[in-house]
Amino acid sequence: MNESNTDVIQGTLDMLILKTLSLEPLHGFGIARRVEQISRDVFKVNPGSLLTALQRLERAGWLDAEWRQTQNSRRAKFYRLTRAGKKQLEAETADWTRRSAAIARLLRQEG
Amino acid sequence: MSFWRQLTFGLRRLIRRNVADSDATDEVEQYYDEAVAVWKTRGLSDLDARRAARLELGNATVVRERVRTYGWENAVRTFGSDLRYAVRRLGSHPGFTIVSVLTLALGIGASTAIFSAVNPIFFEPLPYPHAGRIMMVWNVYRSARTELSFGTYQELAHRSRSFASMTTVEPWQPALTGGAQAERIEGQAVSASFFTVLGVAPALGRDFQPSEDMFNGPKVVIISDRLWQRHFRGDSAILGQTVKLDGDNFTIIGVMPRNFEDVLSPTADVWTPAQYDTRAVVKDLSSWVWGNHLHVAGRLRPGVTCAQAFQELDQIAHTPWPDFPRPRWGSLREGIILDSLQDDIAHTVRSALLAVLGAVFLVLAIACVNVTNLVLARSQQRRGEFSLRAALGASRTRILRQVVTESLLLALLGGLSGIGVAAAGVRALIALSPSGLPRLDAIAVNGPAFAFAFGLSAVVGLLTGIFPALHLSRSEMHTSLQQTSRRTAGSHSLTRRALVITEVALALVLLIGTGLLLHSARRLLAVSPGFDPSRLLTLQVQTSGHQFDDLPSAPTAGSDARRRFYRNALDTVREVPGVEEAAFTSALPLSDDPSWVTLYGAHFEGDAPQTGHNVIRYAVSADYCRTMQIPIRSGRCIDEHDTATVQHVALLSESLARSRFPGQDPIGKRLHVGPDDQPWFVVVGVAGDVRQTSLALDAPEAVYLSTEQTWFADDTLSFVVRARGDAAALAPAIKNAIWSVDKDQPIVRVATMDQLIATTEAERNFVLILFEAFGLVALVLAAIGIYGVLAGSVVERTREIGVRAALGASRRSILALILRDGMRLTAFGILLGLGAAAGATRFLVTLLYGISPLDWMTWVSVTVLLAAVAALACWTPAWRAACVDPSITLRAE
Repeated sequence: MNESNTDVIQGTLDMLILKTLSLEPLHGFGIARRVEQISRDVFKVNPGSLLTALQRLERAGWLDAEWRQTQNSRRAKFYRLTRAGKKQLEAETADWTRRSAAIARLLRQEG
Repeated sequence: MSFWRQLTFGLRRLIRRNVADSDATDEVEQYYDEAVAVWKTRGLSDLDARRAARLELGNATVVRERVRTYGWENAVRTFGSDLRYAVRRLGSHPGFTIVSVLTLALGIGASTAIFSAVNPIFFEPLPYPHAGRIMMVWNVYRSARTELSFGTYQELAHRSRSFASMTTVEPWQPALTGGAQAERIEGQAVSASFFTVLGVAPALGRDFQPSEDMFNGPKVVIISDRLWQRHFRGDSAILGQTVKLDGDNFTIIGVMPRNFEDVLSPTADVWTPAQYDTRAVVKDLSSWVWGNHLHVAGRLRPGVTCAQAFQELDQIAHTPWPDFPRPRWGSLREGIILDSLQDDIAHTVRSALLAVLGAVFLVLAIACVNVTNLVLARSQQRRGEFSLRAALGASRTRILRQVVTESLLLALLGGLSGIGVAAAGVRALIALSPSGLPRLDAIAVNGPAFAFAFGLSAVVGLLTGIFPALHLSRSEMHTSLQQTSRRTAGSHSLTRRALVITEVALALVLLIGTGLLLHSARRLLAVSPGFDPSRLLTLQVQTSGHQFDDLPSAPTAGSDARRRFYRNALDTVREVPGVEEAAFTSALPLSDDPSWVTLYGAHFEGDAPQTGHNVIRYAVSADYCRTMQIPIRSGRCIDEHDTATVQHVALLSESLARSRFPGQDPIGKRLHVGPDDQPWFVVVGVAGDVRQTSLALDAPEAVYLSTEQTWFADDTLSFVVRARGDAAALAPAIKNAIWSVDKDQPIVRVATMDQLIATTEAERNFVLILFEAFGLVALVLAAIGIYGVLAGSVVERTREIGVRAALGASRRSILALILRDGMRLTAFGILLGLGAAAGATRFLVTLLYGISPLDWMTWVSVTVLLAAVAALACWTPAWRAACVDPSITLRAE
């Protein structure tokens, strides 16, 4: 828990979840850990935001969920990317790349 | 797809709420357990691992709430719990709930009922295509509408270009024979274009053709679906069958659709072409075709406005053409009245209905004010509860939502019971309705009225909900929690006081209206009709059958038979035991005899050729004046010596004598009544004025003639019988006496004169009854309002009153203090109400008789009544205040 821990950038949580799940099905905590690990603890995931986001994505049809046993035999709700979710991820990734590239260009010019 | 998932997910969670809730809890718990497990693998003890997880992740309860309250179904759930809470609250305060719901039900129900009655008359378009184009055309006499003659109709139909089609309409009441029993049915004799004007074609068969509306044309009828079902059992081979009406065979050529409504004659079951003799219009100005007895309707061409049509007709009226000669009574000197059919049928009842509509909206306003007041008083008592909820974290919107839900529920309950009240009200209205009320069949608690009730209850609900809720958010909620004692609430009770003042003012307006109507009704019943109505039985005796037809070979045979029948019938009636005196007349005062039957033109010797008087023609038997006890002012009455063969005589009414011969003796003057080519009638006497149509209308000018001497034998006469005892009890014996002369002659409208008088005043009575009912409701509601506010303020001021008592205030002075408070509100309300009533009662002018809308007696007595009721309502809270025990109150602090 150092100073560099920040909340996930506004509006990117959905994309991060989708990306994380595109590798393998995970439960809520698993997703949070994965995001934190891959971002090298740059992003801290708020459980309230994460769990409501999962509900939202499930309802949108981008995720499916089922209750399964974890490795340490605890019942957990696992989320899996659906076909529609895969499409959405591609769209969001493309959109993000376009926007971040634009921002990077602007910042370079400024600098 | 996504919407579908949203819906199914939400529904699943709504239905299996426990599963959904435990799932959410499990998921959050599992999340934390995993986090704890991670900390433990880093070497923390169980307790420390838990603390670390909590520090990192935040409060699990908050997270669980966030997850659980996600989704649309949560709003539904909140509403559900609000609703359950509202139901519980209303249930735990039955007094408040019952009074509010009843108040709303009365207000909403009464206004819905009245609206249901008024809607088809004023607002709903008549059930015809482009109904707005259908116009009624009237003759004008002394600036009032009167009927037209066929001659005038023909001229207008020929010369005007504004109408696509025009038709005449007149009542026709044939006797239907051939069934088990002869019956008299309602019908209309019309032009061939009648149904074209209305724009409705027969459902079966065909419409009339112009060739069927010719003098001596084929006898055909179109019948109503009602008659088809009732008399012919819906026989599918009905077309071409014949039906016997007044002794003639008529061929049925059409059946009207089941939903066809003839607003001109709602009970009409048969229609036949009138078959006027068009040649007689020019040939014979004294013939029947020039009698002013027709209603004329027309359908405007598309694009022609009512104003354009009126201009054209008015121009025609004032520029006679030589091809269209006009007699004196068809001269159209005063022009023409043109009115849409819808306005025309509402014309006679408009002022009464508008007054009732106004009254019922006052009641509704009072009801709403009252409920608002009750809700406000309650939210005042609930301030502690709201503060507590706010302190526990409820947001302002959440509390507002709760309050609005409660008010809406209350309004909805009120609306639902209101519909019950409306259904009962509509039934009562139909039962009470005066005979002149049009479109009675169309009155029902129907769609629009239903929507009206629900819309009203919703608006009322929002208003009553938002009012106190706004109040609540304006006051700082948390401060009230700090208040341990009930203090006097400043702005809050100010609003409620203003509401009570409004209520009293509204009630006073309504009560003054009621008082005026009541007073005028009393005046009206004290009016003398010009004869003695007590113990008077009246019967209308008609003659029907071919034995009364005048034949070319014997031109007066039928008329003689008619006169003989009536003479003999009168003689037998006089023999009936219990009959003091008996007579007959062609026009019965205070009956609903239409004016076109009774009204004739009178022309005195020496009058200018185009002037004349419209007079009621009373063709009477000898002794009519004595039987009715109409006073003879000078000269003599018509007696048995006035037979056909001697000098024809006439009796003038006082008003006619005065207007035509001011300051002179009319006896010996000569006049014509009806056609000019008959022998002169010589005036032999003057009779007192008799009210013909209503007690409220001045007696019309009238002429009395002998039935033996008039130029035609009336086919319908009214018998009047003065009984020794109970008049109604004599009816069967008298009917049998008349039938002993000829059993086939119909006797209709058997009624005592007292009943007839009640009927003629039915419209006023109708308005009066409704105003009385509404006035009573308003009075009770105002009293409840005053009581509620005062009772509330006494509760709030208990401590102050206790202090006063402890400091030595007597019971009397505390009583006076509260009474003064209540009466001050009443006084303000009364002042306001008096001002409003001065404006509002002007709309009652046409319904009042003999008193001004500013009649001071009524105003004073109504004000005193309201003040007395208000004082009564103040008494209980005041007494309760006076009984406050200072030691208990002060110790309670």
